[in-house]
Amino acid sequence: MLTLEHVSKTFNPGTVNEKKALDDMCLEVRDGDYITILGSNGAGKSTLFNAISGVFLADEGRIMLDGKNITFEPDFKRSKYIGRLFQDPLKGTAPHMTIEENLALAFLRAGSTTAAFSRITGKDREMFRDHLRQLDMGLEDRMQTQVGTLSGGQRQALTLLMATIVPPKLLLLDEHTAALDPGAAEKIMALTDRIVSENHTTCLMITHNMHQGLSTGNRTLMMADGRIVLDLNKEEREKLTIADLMQKFRENAGSDLADDRILLSV
Amino acid sequence: MLFIIQTALTLGCVYSLVALALFLSYRVLDIADLTTDGCFVLGMAVSVTAAIAGHPVLGLLLAIIAGGTAGFVTAFLQTRMGVPSILAGIVTNTGLYTVNLMVMGFSSNASLLKQATVFTMIRDLGIDNSWGQLLLVAVIACLAMLAMKWFLGTRLGLSIRATGDNREMVAASSIDPRYTITVGLVIANCLTALSGGLVGQMQKAADINSGTGIVVIGLASLIIGETVIGGRRSIGRNIAACLVGNIIYLFIYALILQTRILPIECLKLMTAIIVALAIAAPTLQKNAALMNRARREM
Repeated sequence: MLTLEHVSKTFNPGTVNEKKALDDMCLEVRDGDYITILGSNGAGKSTLFNAISGVFLADEGRIMLDGKNITFEPDFKRSKYIGRLFQDPLKGTAPHMTIEENLALAFLRAGSTTAAFSRITGKDREMFRDHLRQLDMGLEDRMQTQVGTLSGGQRQALTLLMATIVPPKLLLLDEHTAALDPGAAEKIMALTDRIVSENHTTCLMITHNMHQGLSTGNRTLMMADGRIVLDLNKEEREKLTIADLMQKFRENAGSDLADDRILLSV
Repeated sequence: MLFIIQTALTLGCVYSLVALALFLSYRVLDIADLTTDGCFVLGMAVSVTAAIAGHPVLGLLLAIIAGGTAGFVTAFLQTRMGVPSILAGIVTNTGLYTVNLMVMGFSSNASLLKQATVFTMIRDLGIDNSWGQLLLVAVIACLAMLAMKWFLGTRLGLSIRATGDNREMVAASSIDPRYTITVGLVIANCLTALSGGLVGQMQKAADINSGTGIVVIGLASLIIGETVIGGRRSIGRNIAACLVGNIIYLFIYALILQTRILPIECLKLMTAIIVALAIAAPTLQKNAALMNRARREM
């Protein structure tokens, strides 16, 4: 459903800081895939997400989503069908607006039913409350609370709900639990798994946790220097231990996986 | 004394429209819109010129449209042409000086003599002149505020608020920030021009230099209002702050004018100092707290 054909992106071309962040990248994502992406800092994982969601346009190559060429579509148009979560829980919500107002904005993606001058109705409120109840964080009783006063875990849960309240075709998760405490991270991860499986959403998830990378979803990618160096399906990766994975990475990337954060979280 | 109160209330209602415009651009969208000064004169010039030709009500409508156009130019420069937002306002403001002269037939001022204004029309209904003026501008100011309150609760209004609050999140909600900034600045400048238009017909004159410092006065009113009615806790309070702050500002102004405690020429400097201090207050507080701590722990 998502295809990247020979996508390249170079930052600061022609300067000493030139960095090839994506190098002739090809990727075929199938409908319903739940893919985890591993790789050290600077491997191009976030750049890949930025290219897919349209934060910047690729220098070369083509990006197709559901048979439609989206290579030159600006980010706000792509966000109608691509949802995204960041590591920083502050990025996905407007702090000085209430929970209800944030959800109303997210629901704008639903399109035709949301005219410019319409206001939040009682029916909308009921629907938001139902959704919030499923997060199991007591947020359904605090719909008039400003989002800036919530904890990181609560904000990330709300962001997850906002990204999926109108189910997107594709969900991009950029280490979305990495900045949370272990308890909150576990809860957000469980929520993510449930929402993704309920909606059969196609999902890409960047993680630095090797164990999570091998156990979540149905496919694992490893990236180095702007390329995919390892692409494992469910059967292949089930047979692998983390030590095997490191070995395979070394063979394909030509170097060790040098990232303290990944090694420490094994 | 009654006269001072009456004048402060009347002018407070008129100028509160500028404060309301700045609330939308500066507080909600987080953009310092320097089109304000020129836009105020534009509204004044258009409304007075139309009134001279015998169309006072149409003049106000034209003023609103002209102001909206000026706002659109500023928004266009910053959202589509990559001009930094402050510079975009300054550029439009400079261009408006010539436009304003053109509107008044390349003269630096225009005066209404015996022609009708919206205020004489109220007087002709048999209401005492000064109370009639107050009534009319109070109704207009209240309508504008209620409309603003309502608008910021609509989905378009929410999108505009989110644009100023977290721009990244707006793009992720499939809202085009260029569109929301444009709508916001157009509405803000419509309000500024309406204020200019009302002042012009009230004074029965338009002058090319009458807009100097309006943006600072508007900000002063906004900040005084926010301080007096308790912070920025809700949209409703914030909108009310525009009116309250302006009336207080003009009350002080009128007192100085009557009592001559300060030479009236000093007022702009005083206003500038008040605004600079008010905007600097959080930083000053933080630095003072830090220095106190350093002194204690050294």
